[in-house]
Amino acid sequence: MFESLAEMLSLAEAENQPLHAIVIAREAETTGRSREEVWAAMARRLQVMRQSAEEGLSRPVRSLSGMTGGDAYRLWQWLAAGHEPVTGPILSRAIARAMAVNEVNAGMGCIVATPTAGSAGILPGVLLTLQEAYGFSDDDLVNALFTASGVGAVIARRASIAGAAGGCQAETGSAAAMAAAAGVELLGGSPHQSAHAVAITLKNMLGLVCDPVAGLVEVPCIKRNAAGAAQCFIAIDLALAGVKSVIPPDEVIDAMGRIGRRMDPRFKETAEGGLAATPTGRRLARMIWSHSEDQRDRKPEGQRDAASTNAPTTE
Amino acid sequence: MTKRAISAFDIIGPIMVGPSSSHTAGAVRLGRLGRAILGAQPQRAILGLHGSFARTGRGHGTDRALVAGLLGMATDDPRIRESLDLARAAGMEVIFREVDLGEDAHPNSVMMTLQAGDQEVEVVGASVGGGMVEIRAVNGYPISFTGEHEALLVVAEDRPGTIHVITGLFLDYELNIAFSRVERRHRGGEAIQLFETDDAIPDELVAALEDFYWVYWARRIPRIIE
Repeated sequence: MFESLAEMLSLAEAENQPLHAIVIAREAETTGRSREEVWAAMARRLQVMRQSAEEGLSRPVRSLSGMTGGDAYRLWQWLAAGHEPVTGPILSRAIARAMAVNEVNAGMGCIVATPTAGSAGILPGVLLTLQEAYGFSDDDLVNALFTASGVGAVIARRASIAGAAGGCQAETGSAAAMAAAAGVELLGGSPHQSAHAVAITLKNMLGLVCDPVAGLVEVPCIKRNAAGAAQCFIAIDLALAGVKSVIPPDEVIDAMGRIGRRMDPRFKETAEGGLAATPTGRRLARMIWSHSEDQRDRKPEGQRDAASTNAPTTE
Repeated sequence: MTKRAISAFDIIGPIMVGPSSSHTAGAVRLGRLGRAILGAQPQRAILGLHGSFARTGRGHGTDRALVAGLLGMATDDPRIRESLDLARAAGMEVIFREVDLGEDAHPNSVMMTLQAGDQEVEVVGASVGGGMVEIRAVNGYPISFTGEHEALLVVAEDRPGTIHVITGLFLDYELNIAFSRVERRHRGGEAIQLFETDDAIPDELVAALEDFYWVYWARRIPRIIE
């Protein structure tokens, strides 16, 4: 889509357009689809994001493994009971939504991978909460998602958005950076301020490893989505106040990519390092996988038995 | 591998049932492509899980996801959770195995041996990240496609003029070929041909192709990625 944030910025400047407009135009141009089609596809994603956040806040959602769940609901109820969060009324709700979406994901519910399933809570958490706090329309949010996708495409192109390739910095770091650019645009910042928000977010999340317990998208992923929302808000406020990243945004993205490539494989989604390798992490993994091994032995056998009555088997 | 520009919907998407874009959404898409290559709902499916698919697949629902795809579901279908039961109810026999496809195989790979009636195909596919997938072999032939384009798969006798005839049919139906590939084992044997197109391939074109005696079978593979 774009080679660099610099390319996005110069296009936006040359055409005197906001970032979302140049992303929509580029998407329509490269895919041969009409702007209306492209727009409708993104609007549908916003609806799924909203549903997933609402689902995760409406009841305690448990994960498939049983290891996690219900924390977004717990926080939401705590807020509803009138407690005053130190993170304030906006960030605390963004955190709850971000975790809600990731819990729905871990429960095999429907989400939008943004950019991945493991980091799917950050954009809905940030954008839906900004909408609630500032009264943005759904159309504003769809625009914001295009801005986010343009930033994500540059990160995917120059670095990575996959935990297996670049660690958690590439997943929740990218998601938070995308949300920061989108948030700055929503709140009236310039394209340059969006780019600096990307740089500030990513800088604050460099080196973050991907160390999921039992290899599942649960621990620490769910809480890392909360952390990503918080990092995003820090960068939005800094950028809107005119704070700039000393290191230019594209160079920060490149640094993230280099760190990811040099990161020990134990910290890249293999579940062999970090939290996954703690005594408790290993114990949980053994518990979950031994249970799952039992199921594996049962299920195919059951299927084979059922099938043997009406179908020949060459086993 | 088919190269194309990154789309906004590679980044914001897919819309999917969790928990993992590679182990769940990608697995659904691989199953769905397997079903399309067979050309029918399998009556019997042997799913050989390789690498990370075998190691951590269960906890990510990879087994249910592959079967959901074989049943024709998309990545956002809420019935993915119940796909093993649905397969049983639909009379689809499913057998899971652990396989070693070698060091060169992608860690998230599956070998699907699918059978319906007298048709059987063996498809090797990989989930390459973010829900993106790649079919890497059909019936032992190395071939590569991703479900991002409409495709026509033709298994035919290796003889002169086959591509001329096939592309002639494309011209008749005013279809533009985006990518094409031909693989064969040995001269005069069986050749596998893949054509990816920008627009939908009409069923009549596939039927017309199958009327040629040198065409063993031809299959339209619909685009499965938005």
